[in-house]
Amino acid sequence: MVHWSAEEKQLIASVWSKVNVAECGAEALARLLIVYPWTQRVFASFGNLSSPTAIIGNPKVRAHGKKVLTSFGEAVKNLDNIKVTYAKLPELHCEKLHVDPENFRLLGDILIIVLASHFARDFTPACQFAWQKLVGVVAHALARKYH
Amino acid sequence: MVLSANDKSNVKSIFSKISSHAEEYGAETLERMFTTYPQTKTYFPHFDLHHGSAQVKAHGKKVAAALIEAANHIDDIAGALSKLSDLHAQKLRVDPVNFKLLGQCFMVVVAIHHPSALTPEIHASLDKFLCAVGNVLTSKYR
Repeated sequence: MVHWSAEEKQLIASVWSKVNVAECGAEALARLLIVYPWTQRVFASFGNLSSPTAIIGNPKVRAHGKKVLTSFGEAVKNLDNIKVTYAKLPELHCEKLHVDPENFRLLGDILIIVLASHFARDFTPACQFAWQKLVGVVAHALARKYH
Repeated sequence: MVLSANDKSNVKSIFSKISSHAEEYGAETLERMFTTYPQTKTYFPHFDLHHGSAQVKAHGKKVAAALIEAANHIDDIAGALSKLSDLHAQKLRVDPVNFKLLGQCFMVVVAIHHPSALTPEIHASLDKFLCAVGNVLTSKYR
């Protein structure tokens, strides 16, 4: 089980309380597809992903980004129980969606950049540490049942 | 992975905005890297790594200068960083994985100080550039 210090929990919660999940999620997913274009491979059904403008404006990308970050929020609310919180998601990503777990790591790094751009100096080094730890834990929880 | 004409122009554009703060951003990048990825401190046992350390500031200035040099010679990064590449291969031997960690922290610093300049397109080009720099610095490792 992952150990979270009181400070880490507080830093995570304090950032999360100010996050606009729909906007942040949409931006993070769009940036993932733009910065690492090979990640588009699992989104063939999403329609027009032909340019950064198309990706940013794509309603399916926006909706899915919101969905992903909303789910991420479940981990934030259950830091001591992330494995249990994500009981079904690993199988879904492995068996149905066929997503390479490396994508979770990439999305986590992108999310950090998006948070940094929104929170500026409030996204202190200590904050970055806690959040980088969190995205790593989430990525690991999603990948743990791959077979 | 090749830098397109567009990538090169994007990188020059963002660097024109950040080069006057290079030293400051270099130091902040290192501080964030040491805090976020404590394993990176293993390469600096001889440094004072506390916040505000003069050694970190000086080293940050060097790192930033190298990135600027690469950006200014973006058509030949390997040539521009050849001596640094030798240094990393023969003396420093920083594990290749760490260049990505430094790159992530540099990107965070740019995002913090220039959020509106770091559009998705610029982000993509800058990410490619930082990868290219890391590749050059590790190119002579074996």
